[in-house]
Amino acid sequence: MKKDKFIISGRTLKSRLIVGTGKYKNFKQTAEAVKASGADMVTVAVRRVNILDKKKPILMDYLNPKKIIYLPNTAGCFNSEDALRTLRLAREMGGWKLVKLEVLGDKKTLYPNMIETLKSTSVLVKEGFKVMVYCSDDPIIAKKLEDLGASAIMPLASPIGSGRGIKNKLNLSIIIKNSKVPVIVDAGIGTASDATVAMELGCDGVLINTAIAKAKNPIVMAQSMKHAVIAGRKAFIAGRIKFLDYGSASSPKKGII
Amino acid sequence: MAKIQLNGKKTIIKANLSVGDLIKKYKLKESNIAIEINGVILPKNKYNKKRLRTNDKIEIVQFIGGG
Repeated sequence: MKKDKFIISGRTLKSRLIVGTGKYKNFKQTAEAVKASGADMVTVAVRRVNILDKKKPILMDYLNPKKIIYLPNTAGCFNSEDALRTLRLAREMGGWKLVKLEVLGDKKTLYPNMIETLKSTSVLVKEGFKVMVYCSDDPIIAKKLEDLGASAIMPLASPIGSGRGIKNKLNLSIIIKNSKVPVIVDAGIGTASDATVAMELGCDGVLINTAIAKAKNPIVMAQSMKHAVIAGRKAFIAGRIKFLDYGSASSPKKGII
Repeated sequence: MAKIQLNGKKTIIKANLSVGDLIKKYKLKESNIAIEINGVILPKNKYNKKRLRTNDKIEIVQFIGGG
């Protein structure tokens, strides 16, 4: 069998699970969960340094960006201008060109504003960024993002942090079939089976934050998600059986006593 | 003395302080941050050269946990 590789913008990742680093109790727990998840890429946000508290711990002390791939995001940005500003700062920080673009359109649903997202993608690609784009599960928009030069398409399964799982399998399947770049389900995963279903559909990867960070035991959930993603991917590669309307006995009839 | 705005807060610093001095003062590591002055990103190789003036708006950012 051909080796099953997960490549984003020329980088080969060991794990098809990408994890977010928000919402954890502390950085120690973040680092433990990331390790347990087996992820080699994590999303991070760009925020002001707390100038007044010189002793405040920083994420980089717990997750070494030389050992794990940082994927800077634009969480909290509601327009193209803010998103571009954030990612340009992220690039200045240490040369991060591979980024996650996320332009939100509504504070309540956290649905993406796809007009601003398309605009930003176009500018970022021209500036040499490799852009992984959080988007709605609209196949036309997903294709448009690919045409604009997105490095990965990241449709939501359901609203960010909602834990509602995959609400539109059909749309995701169409996006996967149409896409030449990796498709990563981003947002909405609630538990392990959701991640498995996403992978069974043929997604190239999943991005999970809340479902791990807010589980009663984030470390065990991180392990669970790791296995869920592997299981789903293997099932996709193996090819599931056909649906039948009636039973089909597993034991042979021959030799029945 | 110079009155600057640092991460949204009015701050008084020594006159003619460089950005390099400023980050030393706050014990920040150059590799962990990015700086914007009056809306323009300041490349790291200009930290020591760039002097701060009254009314400058400085934003210093870093990576934190996020999804």
